[in-house]
Amino acid sequence: MAHFFLHTMIGQVILTVLEALAVLVPLLLGVAYLTLAERKVMAAMQLRKGPNVNGPFGLLQAFADAIKMITKETVIPSGANRFLFLFAPFLTFSLAMTAWAVIPTNDGWAIANINVGVLYLLAISSLGVYGVLIAGWASNSKYAFLGGLRAAAQMVSYEVSIGLVIVSVLLAVGSLNLNDIVLAQRHVWFCLPMFPMFIIFFISALAETNRAPFDLPEGESELVAGFFVEYSALAFGLFFLGEYANMFLMSGMVSILFLGGWLPPIGIAPFTWIPGPLWLIAKILFCLFVFIWVRATFPRYRYDQLMRLGWKVFLPLSLVWMVLTAGFLLATGLLPQGGAS
Amino acid sequence: MMTQIVFYVFATVLVLSAGTVVSARNPVHSVLFLILAFFNAAGLFLVAGAEFLAMILVIVYVGAVAVLFLFVVMMLDVRFAQMREGLQRYAPFGAAVGLVLLAELALAFSHWQVAQDIGSVPHVVAAPGRTNTAALGDVLYTHYIFLFESCGLVLLVAMIGAIVLTLRERPMGRRQNIDRQHERTVTDTLAMMTVPLGQGVAANGGFRRPEESYYIASVPGSYGVTADPVPQGKPVEGPLKHGADNHGGLAQ
Repeated sequence: MAHFFLHTMIGQVILTVLEALAVLVPLLLGVAYLTLAERKVMAAMQLRKGPNVNGPFGLLQAFADAIKMITKETVIPSGANRFLFLFAPFLTFSLAMTAWAVIPTNDGWAIANINVGVLYLLAISSLGVYGVLIAGWASNSKYAFLGGLRAAAQMVSYEVSIGLVIVSVLLAVGSLNLNDIVLAQRHVWFCLPMFPMFIIFFISALAETNRAPFDLPEGESELVAGFFVEYSALAFGLFFLGEYANMFLMSGMVSILFLGGWLPPIGIAPFTWIPGPLWLIAKILFCLFVFIWVRATFPRYRYDQLMRLGWKVFLPLSLVWMVLTAGFLLATGLLPQGGAS
Repeated sequence: MMTQIVFYVFATVLVLSAGTVVSARNPVHSVLFLILAFFNAAGLFLVAGAEFLAMILVIVYVGAVAVLFLFVVMMLDVRFAQMREGLQRYAPFGAAVGLVLLAELALAFSHWQVAQDIGSVPHVVAAPGRTNTAALGDVLYTHYIFLFESCGLVLLVAMIGAIVLTLRERPMGRRQNIDRQHERTVTDTLAMMTVPLGQGVAANGGFRRPEESYYIASVPGSYGVTADPVPQGKPVEGPLKHGADNHGGLAQ
């Protein structure tokens, strides 16, 4: 049996498909319930009840929404570029799924444990902008187009600081492998020694996923619904799910880069009894809660303030921190030697 | 065998999409095909085992450069009739440039010689067990550090040049100086007025805030503010501005 899965070609293909399903099925369920969780958490914060009609505690609301979206009519505006119009939501959604191939859920548990895992994540998250940009252009609508342009400028700006934050983490790890990055946090999670970078990364993650207070691409007060104003039914649903899947992905990146991935807070008995994947899930859920908390708390940024924050505050700060990290590691002799992988 | 199939798939799509970049009528489609070409080039790098280069190609070219391309091209107002008109006028010129380039390529390739002992030429080889990311780092940051840094300097100069060329003062732009806004206090901006019954605030200069408060918050030279702010306490003249004796209503 083990020989069939590991050493024959068909076995390997089946194994890979099973591995992918083992990640994607919980992820999709999580995405479905995140939409519900967001409404519930925000309702609690605003002293409301939130959805509570469908099923116990409104738990079937996610499925009710899904069925509603599937059964509605897909409207394609006249003058829209048909192929690109339908391609954009699929791109957004599938990119958010693709990235999970490299996320390790336990020591060595990743579908693809590649040497350049961090770069892969960075590449996938930088592609996310195309879904939004293409949707804005293909809709042939000025609101959608403005939303798309805003999204492009915003995501490109915040990627720069995300990249620099990741570089300072990599300096301390000495490897681009996500497994090595988590293992390097055995003694102390990077969110403690690199606390400012942790905060910058989290805020940039908010901007990268177009979440409040940086949800300008969809800013409904000015742009109706921004880049997906023309979308309906399943295409709209895919954008919606893509946004939440991106939130999962960014929370996963925060957990792996700064919160020690699958590692328990301290490596002693009661903590080590809990298996690694559960720790990772707990950390991701915590980050997602903060995402929602932020949305319920802060008003939307103005566009020029958003750009100022990205380019004039985060970029210099992360650049200086990167130099400081390198200098500190070199001075104390802690700089990891060579590729650890 | 598998590697060859993958190589030919990537290479075919790369060449086809590169051709479409030139021949597509819609410039947005051209850029999208360019992105597809970048992807397939990254795939070719992966086939060659250069995983770092593949990822960097996607991050830099697809994630940043092509986004800006698309950003600009989407905002172009393309009129195809006008383009065809331009095509006839510039076609001979374009053809001449193409011919010159072709001639140069032909010259270069006709004198192309490959050294006989190419295998024995010493070049930097990654130590066994080094990942190719580490090997690239060895080459760039250890063997060729000065050349690499001077490349960075050239790019820096180009960047500063681009900023200097496009930076201009726009006197009517609405700019915000966050520090100055934070420095504002209630006493700077808020005035309590005793308004005579039935007369409104017209006699006190309308609803305008005290003149000085504008200069505390805003950037000199931006919209609504003169480049040379009026010193505090000095009587202000002009039809819009309230006279010195009208300050009687302001709480001190």
